[in-house]
Amino acid sequence: MAKSPEGIEGPGFFATKLEDVIGLARKNSLWPLPFATSCCGIEFMATMASHYDLGRFGSERLSFSPRQADMLMVMGTIAKKMGPTLRQVYEQMAEPRWVLSVGACASSGGIFDTYSVLQGIDKIIPVDVYVPGCPPRPEQILEGVMKIQQLAEKESFRRRESPEYKKLLNSYGIE
Amino acid sequence: MRLKVSDLKSQNLKSIMELLNQVNEKLNANFAGQVVSAEMLYDFPVFTIKTEAMHDVLKFLKEDAELNFHFLTDLTGMQTADEKQLGVIYHLHNMPKNLRIRLKTFMDINKPELPTATDLWPAANWMERETYDFFGVRFKGHPNLKRILNVDEMDIFPMRKEYPLEDQERTDKDNSMFGR
Repeated sequence: MAKSPEGIEGPGFFATKLEDVIGLARKNSLWPLPFATSCCGIEFMATMASHYDLGRFGSERLSFSPRQADMLMVMGTIAKKMGPTLRQVYEQMAEPRWVLSVGACASSGGIFDTYSVLQGIDKIIPVDVYVPGCPPRPEQILEGVMKIQQLAEKESFRRRESPEYKKLLNSYGIE
Repeated sequence: MRLKVSDLKSQNLKSIMELLNQVNEKLNANFAGQVVSAEMLYDFPVFTIKTEAMHDVLKFLKEDAELNFHFLTDLTGMQTADEKQLGVIYHLHNMPKNLRIRLKTFMDINKPELPTATDLWPAANWMERETYDFFGVRFKGHPNLKRILNVDEMDIFPMRKEYPLEDQERTDKDNSMFGR
């Protein structure tokens, strides 16, 4: 069971900040959108399956529609030709949204230092957490998800309206 | 009777040599002076044809009843080691007799143009687009000559030696250690 946020407790009532409650809810029900293109995607399948079980973190419900997803998990080599598709998927996601870049290829291009491969997805969309590895083990992917959970739990209610966030998106030419 | 592998090999080689000579004779009879060379590379007959005659030669090989090279297996490009010429290579197949030949033609890299083969084989359409995409060979008369595999915005022909293989936007590599 999730740990309840700080608050004032008494017989029959519990008072806390709305921001904390929403953070708690978001943290424990992150719906991932798996964007799996290669071997990191296979590791993700292991992460989803019973042995590692991403469901323990409230993320067993994969959303194959970007509109209901909270967390974009990019796993694998992204060719330059795939770039616009990935960007469109990101743009279709509703706020708040987080991006997890799994593996060397998604994070930096990895071994594919070549004309046809995007040298890291952060060239086209903002990334919240990078998971290193080629491919990373399921434990590492889980740790990446837990880092996103920490971000979701502590995120300020108004962050997505802040000028800093708008500036970040504008630097990627989004909106 | 049991055939030894070496027998089989020499027998095959003999029939391939016959094929080479047969095709060579026919081409020389119909296209005098257009066949630059006819040779065996390993166990494969290879003809080098002048670019101007390439399309007619392909049409002849396809339509000649005896040779009957009716199937285009592959069409691809290359760049010569001196970086001054581009080549286009055709692999033809006669399926009823299971005979294969390879045809090459070379063009100046500053003017890589030759007629399309899409009128003979619709399959040449995408293969010519690929050759254009990677080498910049312009196939005259092609119905839709644009990039097929790379992004449309790309302004280079990546398989040409004058362009670097590596992505120039890479930021996390130390050039002195990776030989870029």
